[in-house]
Amino acid sequence: MSAGPDVPAVRVDLGGVRRRLDGAQGRTYWRSLEELARTPEFLEFLHREFPAQASELDDPRGRREFLTVMGASLALAGLVGCTKQPDEKIVPYVQPPEQAVPGRPLFYATAMLDRGYAKGILVESHLGRPTKIEGNPDHPASLGATDAAGQAWVLGLYDPDRSQTLAYRGEIRAWSDFLAAMRSALAVQKPRQGVGLRILTETITSPTLAAQLAEILGDLPSAKWHQWEPAGGASAAPQCRFDQADVILSLDADFVMDGPASLRYAREYTARRKRPAEEPMNRLYVVEPTPSATGMIADHRLPLRPSEIEGFARAVAAALGESAPPAGSSPAAAWAAAVAKDLQAHAGRSLVLAGHYQPPAVHALAQEINQRLGNVGQTVVYGPPVAARPVDGPASLAELAADMKAGRVEVLVILGSNPAYTAPADLAFAAAMDKVKLRVHLGLYEDETAALCHWHVPQAHPLEAWSDARAFDGTATIMQPLIAPLYESARSAHEVLAALTSRPDRKGHDIVKDFWRKELGADFDRRWPRALHDGVVAGWTVATATTPATATDTAGPGTAPSPPVAAVTPPATGGGLELVFRPDPYIGDGRYANLGWLQELPRPVTKLTWDNAALIAPATAARRGLANNDVVELRYRGRTVKAPVWTLPGQAEETVTVHLGYGRTRAGRVGNGAGFDASAIRTSDAPWAGSGLEAARTGETQVLASTQEHWSIDAEAGTRHIIRSVTVDEYAKEPEAIKEQTEIPPRDMTLYPNNTFAPHAWGMSIDLNSCVGCNACVVACVAENNIPVVGREQVAKGREMHWLRVDRYFSGNPEQAETIRAHFQPLPCMQCENAPCEQVCPVAATVHSDEGLNDQVYNRCIGTRYCSNNCPYKVRRFNFLLFQDWSTPTLKLQRNPDVSVRSRGVMEKCTYCVQRIEHARITAHNEGREIRDGEVQTACQSVCPTQAIVFGDINDPGSRVSRRKAQHRDYALLAELNTRPRTTYLAEVRNPNPELSASAAAEGSEHHG
Amino acid sequence: MVERPDGEPPVVHVPHPEMHALLAPGHNFATVTEKISSLVLQKGTPLWWFAGFGVSFAVMNLMLVSIAYLVFKGVGIWGENIPVGWAFDILNFVWWIGIGHAGTLISAILLLLRQEWRTSINRFAEAMTLFAVACAGVYPALHTGRPWLDYWLFPYPNTMGLWPNFRSPLIWDVFAVSTYATVSALFWFIGLIPDFATLRDRTTSRFAAHVYGMLAMGWRGSARHWHNYDTAYLLLAGLATPLVISVHTVVSFDFAVGIIPGWHATIFPPYFVAGAIYAGFAMVLTLAIPLRKLYGLEDFITTRHLENMGKVMLATGLIVAYGYMMEVFAGWYSGNPYEAFMIKNRMLGPYQHFYWALIVCNVISPQFLWIKNVRTSTVGLFICAMFTNVGMWLERFVIVVTSLHRDFLPSSWGMYHPTFWDWSTYIGTIGLFFTLFFLFVRFMPVISIFEMRTIVPGAEVREETAS
Repeated sequence: MSAGPDVPAVRVDLGGVRRRLDGAQGRTYWRSLEELARTPEFLEFLHREFPAQASELDDPRGRREFLTVMGASLALAGLVGCTKQPDEKIVPYVQPPEQAVPGRPLFYATAMLDRGYAKGILVESHLGRPTKIEGNPDHPASLGATDAAGQAWVLGLYDPDRSQTLAYRGEIRAWSDFLAAMRSALAVQKPRQGVGLRILTETITSPTLAAQLAEILGDLPSAKWHQWEPAGGASAAPQCRFDQADVILSLDADFVMDGPASLRYAREYTARRKRPAEEPMNRLYVVEPTPSATGMIADHRLPLRPSEIEGFARAVAAALGESAPPAGSSPAAAWAAAVAKDLQAHAGRSLVLAGHYQPPAVHALAQEINQRLGNVGQTVVYGPPVAARPVDGPASLAELAADMKAGRVEVLVILGSNPAYTAPADLAFAAAMDKVKLRVHLGLYEDETAALCHWHVPQAHPLEAWSDARAFDGTATIMQPLIAPLYESARSAHEVLAALTSRPDRKGHDIVKDFWRKELGADFDRRWPRALHDGVVAGWTVATATTPATATDTAGPGTAPSPPVAAVTPPATGGGLELVFRPDPYIGDGRYANLGWLQELPRPVTKLTWDNAALIAPATAARRGLANNDVVELRYRGRTVKAPVWTLPGQAEETVTVHLGYGRTRAGRVGNGAGFDASAIRTSDAPWAGSGLEAARTGETQVLASTQEHWSIDAEAGTRHIIRSVTVDEYAKEPEAIKEQTEIPPRDMTLYPNNTFAPHAWGMSIDLNSCVGCNACVVACVAENNIPVVGREQVAKGREMHWLRVDRYFSGNPEQAETIRAHFQPLPCMQCENAPCEQVCPVAATVHSDEGLNDQVYNRCIGTRYCSNNCPYKVRRFNFLLFQDWSTPTLKLQRNPDVSVRSRGVMEKCTYCVQRIEHARITAHNEGREIRDGEVQTACQSVCPTQAIVFGDINDPGSRVSRRKAQHRDYALLAELNTRPRTTYLAEVRNPNPELSASAAAEGSEHHG
Repeated sequence: MVERPDGEPPVVHVPHPEMHALLAPGHNFATVTEKISSLVLQKGTPLWWFAGFGVSFAVMNLMLVSIAYLVFKGVGIWGENIPVGWAFDILNFVWWIGIGHAGTLISAILLLLRQEWRTSINRFAEAMTLFAVACAGVYPALHTGRPWLDYWLFPYPNTMGLWPNFRSPLIWDVFAVSTYATVSALFWFIGLIPDFATLRDRTTSRFAAHVYGMLAMGWRGSARHWHNYDTAYLLLAGLATPLVISVHTVVSFDFAVGIIPGWHATIFPPYFVAGAIYAGFAMVLTLAIPLRKLYGLEDFITTRHLENMGKVMLATGLIVAYGYMMEVFAGWYSGNPYEAFMIKNRMLGPYQHFYWALIVCNVISPQFLWIKNVRTSTVGLFICAMFTNVGMWLERFVIVVTSLHRDFLPSSWGMYHPTFWDWSTYIGTIGLFFTLFFLFVRFMPVISIFEMRTIVPGAEVREETAS
């Protein structure tokens, strides 16, 4: 980008311009955009509203691009303002913007937030509309992947239920009214050092926001900043290097799916399992109360009740130390001893990590073990915290609640948080809010908290606002907007915080940029565009971060920090069941509850959609006479909530797990009424686990929508050789055994002539040893291919529309919970060369392409469903009703323009992202070359954190996919049917500890039974 | 039964003693004509007709409502899903088509085989065929996701430059069923022409005379007419004969060509044809027994007719039972885990009640037909026929739904639960069937008058004179 003229901000009669725009809606307006753009008023307005794009991203290409964005957003404003868009004449560009070629997307780097931490993303933008999110390969927490929630961010942007107007007690107000209200509140607070002011945020890693808060707290020293992260802060987590670790012990840490570094960890962990024949594999032990993705793919897994985990960690520590040998009373002493021995044997190349939801004692033990093994600095680094000010969230919130009850809080500013819903029940937060005189809420939705606040400011979606954030390792990312705010009154947290300072009406862009101008110093003009382009601020390190001083800040790298204070040990009151709280793997603490993509995404292990449940081990349920769908009353510490039961193999005995984020009342049309509110029985002193739970039957039942039945089916899966799993020793001995499990008919055993495929033959390989079952591929597919959300009732009927699903099969002996394991198998269309679907379609709506794709011609399909019946993989999906939303204007903006939007009565299916293939073909053709290997990445492939999916041309023996398929562990699903699938799998190879192999053997025999 | 050991047409025929059993004693040409035509031409319609027609018509309107809602809303109003992409729609289609089988069989094959006992039942059996095919036709037309595009199933020159996929059994179905419907309708209509003429001549109403006159197409009963008529009727019988086999064979291909365990079986064509005849005769009995009672047609549809139909049911029921047995055997003998599981799932899976009910209805109940007292008892036969009607429906349910609901990959297994609209459409088609049938018995001769006259004692004399 070249430096251009910097246009100074000019004060203009904004109202006048707005009036002018208002009066120019519809027909007149659209036609006069070009004229308007040339008037000085309009240019001024432009700079005022979008100074960033207009002045600073200052090459001509950028400016024109921005006009497109501007046009789209103004058009939207028109759409929102009236029910039906009047007829308009579409005028082509007189001079088309450079680079913005219609039909060719542009990508911009920014970041998504997970508990306040950044995961780098690249956002695909079609003519100013962000449509799809990809990972940023240059970002350390992404490496090119995103998680499921990240994929759904783009839906969050267009969610029609988002809050759209600034309101005071429910009445629409102007931003200036809000500023005035803040000014008068500050006038009262200022002389009193801000003693009545409280600011409540979530975890903050944004250096700019931290600096703003520091400024406010500097001005008003008696004001307090509280933080509350309902899904659990990750501030205490060390940085792990899984690529260096040969033996890993996870103490209830779901590191492949949960946490700000999960994408990187999943990548590093599975990288060591990709070439089991050639490279030594790592080995993973997991101890956990409730089955997580990590536990389910572990080499060894021990389900323990939450109260037993600390004892187990002690036993391991003791076995490693000079102290007394492990007490025999530990429930899994032998297990602990074997693990300790294995860890000891790999001292310096082993890793012990404790989960976010474990009490400080367990974290301290993990750290002690790592130190003793010499792992610190090798496989694990204890660095300074990345969060601006790590606090114990529940304690911080409790302090605030106490202050509110005591009447010490006069002004409460809540930024992005929703404590009225998420606060543990014992704090009675919502009731306490009544005592605060002025309550201000900034949020994406008019949620439970907004309803209790005087002022509600609609929050600008992170894809519409300037901000910044840091990743788990401290890397900073500038978050840039992809589109002007869809709703005019939307503001970012920076802008609302600015209202509490001496310069109240500043734009987010100015705030962020000014901060970085100071940080980056003289080199700013060169480094700022670079940082925006790359998605990371290069050369900016932790040391220069301006975080408010805290106690933990003093801890340097490699030294032992004080134990994290994320949670408190559950009081060991005996009797009853133990209760475990977890944030939902997809909707988190409930913030994504209104995103249908995530609600409908089957949970990795339970395969439940749209509801949470009381998860309980089958044996425990049987003892209490409970079965799936029974509604029980959970009685815990004097509070009760009703929950449906779901039995889950691998769950620790006498332990009930409930997920947070459900039971919302003001989430929006999608999220309201889904599930039950687990925080109704949650207490702030033991936010993650506790004992003394009673589950009483109510006699009611509630149908839960699961996409997969279980147990009865899993034994059948073994005899059909669907999942093939061997140990690393077996694989070394008999590598051919995997392929030989079924007989593959000869290629010419068909009545029809064999096809030849040229110039390319597309194929896919999915590594089951790498898949962790996170389902990010499924949401990526939904986002890429305009797949509709169907809702709970339709899922319960078996009509979910996901083109790609991740099948889960349990293995192991139900009597021995430690042998239970899940196997995840992503299942897109197999693109069979002898496709059974093609032969039976009466109207030839599904046909084979000359490159081997099994094409579905939506226009031709009349919907007999014969193809789906005849598909042995059941990967076809039918629009039984009009599932697609054809009317909501904002949702139309999200759609991928390269993929048709299907209507009712039509069959649809995975196409290997044919639109991406065609895109690459056109590019290659224009450049006069062949399509390169790796140039076409399917949506599922590019999002996969573990690179389990590889796609390419199998005509080219050197392509990545061909090399993968050449491995001995490559096998085709149901190959005996002679379907000749193009999608094949790499078998699982597990690396069990021979000392614990008794249970491993039990697992293996069951599995191959 | 008429014995013709040498296969030659009789020249001078002394009525066989058993022949009388096809027609009660005492009837002559006049009484036969009088009795049958009076059913149509009588003044005043019996009350039971109004009651029956009213109920059927109301039920048929339920079907119309269901169809309207279906087109408005989509096939999602039914209980189908992935994996069970076909359920009530296709199973009821096959059920109705199967019922339609008896008509053609009686008209065509028994005609060619010179089974004279067919004479008194062929007319309404043919009518039943047509109405059953009409009911069946509702389903394939409406089960598609976009029924307004069904015409794409036909090979017609079009600007898209596209033909249907001739490899698909559904296309074969289109041809098989439409041919069958056409030939059955023609056959039925041609058989009616002489009787329309009789009604035209006997009616006292000018209006009826005009209508029947048009339908009679100028029939005057001349020798030339009779000659042409015989030739046409025989030709059509010859045409219809392969259709009896082909229609249900092709319908069975919808399944047998598929890859799904429980569908993919070579035994399907013969087993489907036998099942269709079984179902068809059961439905003929279901209709004939009340009809002869209500209209007092015991003289024409005698115990012997009923017994013969019972025998056919027994024979085809045994073939069907053999088919079930072979499916189980093949499941075991193939050593194919999918086939073995399919059988296990039918017998012990979530739909096991359907399977065992099917065995009771289709395998156990026809065994009572070995007993002559059951075969000659209207009540016994009616009960057996009702069991078969239900059993054949269950058979299609088991084939369509239980095969689909658990196929190859256990991850995609599911359950099918019929909805209100599934039932209302199905029951509605039964309403359509009976509506048409009540109209038929009111306005057309339910028994072929002129053919009955040929079995009146003495008819052969005329034959002798003529030759």
